[in-house]
Amino acid sequence: MKFVPLVWAALMRRKARTMLTVLSVLIAFLLFGLLDSVRSTFDNAGQSSPGRSRILVTPKSGMGTKPLPFSLLTQITDIPGVMGIDYASYVVGTYQDPKNSIAVEAHPESFFQLYPEVSVKSEELSALRGTRTGVLAGEMLIHKFGWKVGDKIALLTAQPRKDGSTVWTFDLVGSFHFTDENMKINEVLLYGNYQYVEEARAQEAGTVTYYSVKVASPSDVDRVAALIDHATANSNHETKSQSENAWANAQLQQYGDLGFVVTSIMGAVFFTLLLLTGHTMLRAVHERIPEIAVLKTLGFRGKKIVALILFESMSIVLIGALIGLVTAMLAVTWVRSLEILPIPISSVGTDVWLRGISAAVVLGIVVGILPAVRGLRLRIVDALSGR
Amino acid sequence: MTALVEVRNLSKVYVRGKQRIEVLHHVGIDIEEGGFVALMGPSGSGKSTLLNLIGGLDSPTEGSISISGTRIDRMGEDQLAQWRAENVGFVFQFYHLMEMLTAQKNVELPLLLTRLSPAERKRNAGTALQLVGLESRATHKPSELSGGQQQRVAIARAIVSDPKLIVCDEPTGDLDRQSAEEILKLLQQLNANHRKTIVMVTHDPIAAGFAKNTLHLDKGTLVAAGVLPA
Repeated sequence: MKFVPLVWAALMRRKARTMLTVLSVLIAFLLFGLLDSVRSTFDNAGQSSPGRSRILVTPKSGMGTKPLPFSLLTQITDIPGVMGIDYASYVVGTYQDPKNSIAVEAHPESFFQLYPEVSVKSEELSALRGTRTGVLAGEMLIHKFGWKVGDKIALLTAQPRKDGSTVWTFDLVGSFHFTDENMKINEVLLYGNYQYVEEARAQEAGTVTYYSVKVASPSDVDRVAALIDHATANSNHETKSQSENAWANAQLQQYGDLGFVVTSIMGAVFFTLLLLTGHTMLRAVHERIPEIAVLKTLGFRGKKIVALILFESMSIVLIGALIGLVTAMLAVTWVRSLEILPIPISSVGTDVWLRGISAAVVLGIVVGILPAVRGLRLRIVDALSGR
Repeated sequence: MTALVEVRNLSKVYVRGKQRIEVLHHVGIDIEEGGFVALMGPSGSGKSTLLNLIGGLDSPTEGSISISGTRIDRMGEDQLAQWRAENVGFVFQFYHLMEMLTAQKNVELPLLLTRLSPAERKRNAGTALQLVGLESRATHKPSELSGGQQQRVAIARAIVSDPKLIVCDEPTGDLDRQSAEEILKLLQQLNANHRKTIVMVTHDPIAAGFAKNTLHLDKGTLVAAGVLPA
């Protein structure tokens, strides 16, 4: 701590230069915080702890390409290792405006046992069970449309009903939310009753969009999934079964390898920052060669000089990085509060902070190493005589 | 009196590319404890080199240097650094103060290498500043001080860890006549009242007159050598 004033004096020697350098580091780490949050959002979206023990059974050609027969229910239930099963059919339509696309996932009652991470008030769950046309809305939708219990939600769809209409009207009986941040992506859905959709639809009766199967532990997933796919092999409804988390991950990968994009951008940003800050540090140390020589004259050893210069470079980078990450955190919090994105962006979490601070430490060392070596090798007599 | 500085058969050769420059040629001197010696000579005579070697800032090519019986010519870089911190104070022509630090903090610099508490460092630096007559300027930065005052701060920094030996390289070379005289009188006081052994390089015969003895170097050789009485 007693050397802090020395480092502070070095930093304040050229205030404007130090401020501009810190600002460039700040902006780089603000960008890092924002992009890494987006990457985390995509990496973790749909990933949950219970999801590791659930298998999603979809048509081999992909979810939504064609329905699966309801008859598979018994076949799957009989497979050894299956602890529970849920299924769902979708009603997809627009609400009030063609831009407001909304999906109703219609499930049987077993859904809420299989998905304990869905948080619903017990009276609202009872209301759903007691209301054939009832739906629970994700809290993002509730906030977006200002819905309240008792509202009727009419969706204009392409799915005809038995009465000839393509408008499906649901009664809002409550809301749900996910306690797990990563599952909040599902708060843009409505959960309804399978039985109602099955009885009311004019097409695809006796089918489901997917099955969800609970197994005892994550280690059973591959085995049971293989048995399910084996059971449907060579039929006209071949399935592809995989863990729910793997499925969610694969869906998001369809948008592109965001990790690669973020890494590439940040690589370019950090490389530029490295050159910029490295040059600044070299200049700063070059200007202070007589001062460093005096410190050595007074008895500061080479190692201490190296430590002081590294401390200085680390200070510049860490101060910038900390302010940048805090700014990113505030910016993400602000964006989340606006609720304008279809997927709630992850807050700047511990993982982003850890990666950011690690990057800052590495950057600080790399940036400081050349000037530090210069300080170490500096010959007092040469430096003091201006050679 | 015993010799504080014993220099024997000292040579220093610099190699610049293919050129070999012998700056000091078999120099031998003794400086008694409590002595005040002015090293004089024309440019390139080797006086600053000799001063640097005595102060442990450089290592000789040949010969030996003992300070208080310790052979500093045999020390490695880190050992020399520690030895300098404990035994020598330095005063330079251009003061070499840290421009962002106050006079007080500049004087405290050598004490950062000790185990003294912040309060002790502050007290000792205050005492040193008092000794050079600048206690009222403790919170001033170098840019707020005159050249003479800056050199006083540099002297305070040189004496704050209470070294036996003070080496001064042209300490009045950048000062007007009046300031130079004040500085030289201050060095005289430190020598007379605090028994500091002072070795001073100077071009100025008037400055040399403040020393007890004068040594003349020419082309790396001592013109007048020998045991110098304190």
